[in-house]
This record gives sequence, structure tokens and C-alpha cells, in this order.
Amino acid sequence: MNRLRRFLQTPEAIAGAIILALLIVMALAAPLLFPGDPQAIAGPALLPPFQDLSLPLGTDRLGRDVLAELFHGARTSLAVGLAAAAAALLIGSVVGTLAGFAGGLVDDVLMRITDAFQTVPGFLLALAFVSIVGPSLGVVVAAIALGAWTGPARVARAEVLSIRERDYVAGARVIGMHPLEIAFREVLPNALPPVLALSSVIVAAAILTEAALSFLGLGDPNRVTWGGMIAEGRTVLRTAPFLSVVPGIALVLTVLGVYLAGEGVVESTAVRRSLS
Amino acid sequence: MTRALALLHRRLVGSVFVLLIVVIGSFLLLEAAPGDAVDAYIVSTGGDAGMIELLRHRWGLDQSELTRLANYLWALLHLDLGQSVTFSRPIREIIFERLPTTLILMGSATALSFCLGSALGIYAGARPGSFRDRLLSIGSLALYAVPGFWLGLVLIVVFAVDLRWLPIGGIETIASAKTGLARAHDIATHLVLPVSALGFIYLALYLRMMRAGMAEAWRQDFVLAARARGLSRRRIVLAHVARNALLPLVTMLGLQSAQMLGGSVVIESVFAVPGLGRLAQEAVAGRDTPLLLGIILVSTVLVIIINLLVDLAYAVLDPRVGASEASA
Repeated sequence: MNRLRRFLQTPEAIAGAIILALLIVMALAAPLLFPGDPQAIAGPALLPPFQDLSLPLGTDRLGRDVLAELFHGARTSLAVGLAAAAAALLIGSVVGTLAGFAGGLVDDVLMRITDAFQTVPGFLLALAFVSIVGPSLGVVVAAIALGAWTGPARVARAEVLSIRERDYVAGARVIGMHPLEIAFREVLPNALPPVLALSSVIVAAAILTEAALSFLGLGDPNRVTWGGMIAEGRTVLRTAPFLSVVPGIALVLTVLGVYLAGEGVVESTAVRRSLS
Repeated sequence: MTRALALLHRRLVGSVFVLLIVVIGSFLLLEAAPGDAVDAYIVSTGGDAGMIELLRHRWGLDQSELTRLANYLWALLHLDLGQSVTFSRPIREIIFERLPTTLILMGSATALSFCLGSALGIYAGARPGSFRDRLLSIGSLALYAVPGFWLGLVLIVVFAVDLRWLPIGGIETIASAKTGLARAHDIATHLVLPVSALGFIYLALYLRMMRAGMAEAWRQDFVLAARARGLSRRRIVLAHVARNALLPLVTMLGLQSAQMLGGSVVIESVFAVPGLGRLAQEAVAGRDTPLLLGIILVSTVLVIIINLLVDLAYAVLDPRVGASEASA
């Protein structure tokens, strides 16, 4: 409880927490409030918003309920963002720990590979990966993680380099622990905090990348995505700009919420550190 | 000068490894994709089963994977990127046709985001914690949360559809037969919206970096010394605090280039700008894997070159960089 209060100190963190909480409620409530297929036709095509009480945000070009799509889109955005970020953090911290702890040739090879992934434009890589393997939720998550793990890997490696000289690591060596066991049970957990500090930026970037991919038609075709909704609305941009604008605002608010909450967490832990 | 050369040497060696890894990676992706170069060729020219066999044999596609990788590397050494499926033309030709447009777009967007971003960052960082600082911080965070393609669409709705100030897309007026300055002006008006959409997102990044760097620099002793010497506030802000915060932004310029290339894919699709990014989208739409991988390879080389240039600029700007290599 104390930790929560410390987190909610700044107005920015409170705003971020509220946005994220609303979003999670939206994502969880989507199948309850809008059961059935959100991609099914619900009314006349291109119904303007605030006209029909049963369709508050109107309908799109094919007569689908915009509000239902918005709720279901929140599910996809959050799921992909969180899964891709978790995968990126996992790959990054494992690669970084191995590179930093092993040193020598292993370090050189792993860091060159990290360099290579950092040099290739991540979005182009994701584009190529999805278009070759075929669009599905898992592939999109993998494609995004492919371009996002390098940051965590570098941070983890730098942290491991300083940790591996500590006394408790020497102690673990003396009692005969296997180097891999030391790396993953003693070193990695202690190297995690600065890596986890990157998570809000990575989640935000993952949500934006997913939106851009589905905007280009490379999202999972069986799921509603905000990027896909914007692309749909684009065809009637002149007559019904609303259809592109609304999912875009949802995206901006989501990413902003993630940033704000992330800064709040970092700040509250920084305060705790400077106090202790 | 030896400093810069030593740095260049070390970076070039590293770049060769990076490029090799990227090439092998793109070869693996090419192998994983359904269909091969012969299928692509047959689609565009037509031919029977005997022809397919013959071509597979002649192009060495019936050989082992390692031989094919060697052939692929050998072709790349000769700058041969293969044949495009959708365009039925050599990939190298298509890419070099599209590259200048993307370079203009990226260059202008980078200039816009860097100049405006660092200027606003100086304005915010001149008084850390003030009202304008908080306002700009929140504003830049909100801007950083905006998807580039969506900002592009909103700009189109406002400036091209409603106000009709600017063209809705494309790179120049089709069949206008403009030449010289008139044509340059035409292209510039077409570029205003895409450059803004791409540049404004990254503006936030430079603003935040500049502001954070300045907030850090204010606490340093040399600022106290400058104050004690009785320098004007303006002089301290510009010549001492901002100057020290500027260097990391130059590094960011290089790191950002890869992301900007990715961002130009969506922006070019939104504004129908015939550049490398739109080409990538066309390659995806046409299931043209060799073309897509060719684009990735060329963009990787581009990112490496940009980063080398940034490193060199850095070595010139900061005498500490590369000093250890030169003396070693």
C-alpha cells in the first residue's frame, strides 16, 4: 500500500494510472459488453456518431459497430504490447547476461549480433518477418520483439559486467556452482531492475509498431486492431474522418498512459533509492 | 586527424561483421519464404517445367544451402540484388530510383526535428521545473505517443481536405511539365505534410534529451564557475549549459536513422510518396521477398554510413573521443 501511495505522488503518474486502469477495464469488459463478433455488421453503413443510442459511436464503411471495435481493439493492443515487451525483455536479459558473464568470444559474437539487429531498421525487419511467415497474433508479437530486444540486452550486459566482480559471485564460484547457474540464479535477478526500467518505453513502442503493422494490413486478419480501423477509415477520410480519428486518439491515450505510468514507477523507485 | 582515422578504422571493421550477419539473416529469410527466384522469373516471363529445371540448374538453385549462400554473397559483392517479382526488373535499379526521394524526406524530417526539438529543449531546459518546462515536457510526451501514420492522416484532413492549402499526396504534380525552380517548389509543397508528420514525432525525442541534458548540466561545477565569473544568464544557458547537452543529441542523430527509415515506410504509404518505404509496402503487397530483403540490405548500409558520418562529426566536436585509439 505504501508503495502504491509513493507511486501516485505526481499528477502525471495518477493520470497514467487512470488511463491504464480504464484501458484494462475496456479490454476485460469487451467480450461481456459486446459479445459476439465485433466484425459483424450491426447497422446501416457509415452511421455518424451520437445518432443512435444502441450504436453510440456510429458505424464504419461496412456497418460495423465502432464502439465494439474500439473495445475489442483495446484487447489486441494491450495483449500484443505486453507480450512483445515481455518477449523482448526476456530475450534481451538472457543475451545480455550470457554476453556479460561469459565474456571473451561469446561476448564478441553476441554483441555483434546485437549490433546487427540494432542497425537493421526494426520496422522493416518486422514487415519482412510478418509478410514471409504470415500474419497471426503470435507472429506479430515475435516480429516486434525481434526489433526490440537489443536495448534490454545492452543494459543487462552493462549491469552484469559490474555485478560479476562482486563478492557473492566469487562466493558462488568457490562453492562450486555451475557458471550457468551463477549467471541465471545469482547475477541475472540482480541485473534486472535497470532492464525493467525500460519496460514502459518498450511496451509503448510495441503498441505503436503493432498499430503501424496492422495499418499496413499486416495485422492478424481475425482480430480487430486500432491500426486496422484507422486503415479502414482512411478509405472514407474525406466524408467520415471520424472513423480514423477515434481509434487514433485511443492509441495516443494508451501510449501516453504507458509512458506516464512508467515515469511514475521510475520516479517512485528513484525516491526510494535516494532515501535508503 | 589521426584520431578520426583510428575511429573510422575500428568502426569499419565492426560494420563489416554487422553487414555479414545481416546478409546471412536475410538469406535465411529468403530461404524460408515460399517460392524462389525461378518461380519469380517464370511468373513474369512464363515457361514450362523443363525451363524451370534448366533455370534452377543454371542459377545454382539446385545446389546445397552453403553453395547457395556463397553464390548469394558473391552476387551481393557485385551489387547484384536479384530480380524483382512484381516489377520484373533488377532490384538494384528500382531501389536506386526510389532512394533519393526517401533521402530528401528523411533529411528534411531530421533537420526539422533536430533544429526545432533542440531549440524547444533549450527553451525548456533554461529553467528546469518552471511552468513552461512542465508544459513542454508533457506536450512532448504526448507528441511522442502519436503514431506517425495517424498524424499524417490528421494533417491530410486539416490541411489538404478542409483548408486545401497543400496537396494530398504524391511527390509532384503529375504531368505538369514543370522544370527548374518551379519543379523544386512543386516538390517542396508536396513534401511539407510528410516531412512534418515524420519530423514532429522525433522532435519530441530531441526536445526531451536536450532538456534532460541541460537539467543535468545545471548542477555541474563549471556552471557555478561561469556564474561566479558574472556571465549573463543568456550566455550561461547557450554557451555552457546547452552546449554540453548538445553532444548526446548528435549521437542520437545516428541511432535514430534506423527508426526513421522504418517510420518513412508508413509515412510514404500515407502520402503516396514514391520512395524506398513505399517500395517496401509494395513489395509486401506483391509478396516480393527478394525486393523486400534488398530494401532491408540497402537501408542497413545506409544506417551504417549515417552512423559513420555521425561518429566522425562527433570526433571533430569532442576532442576526448577516439583519443585512446590514436595514442594506442
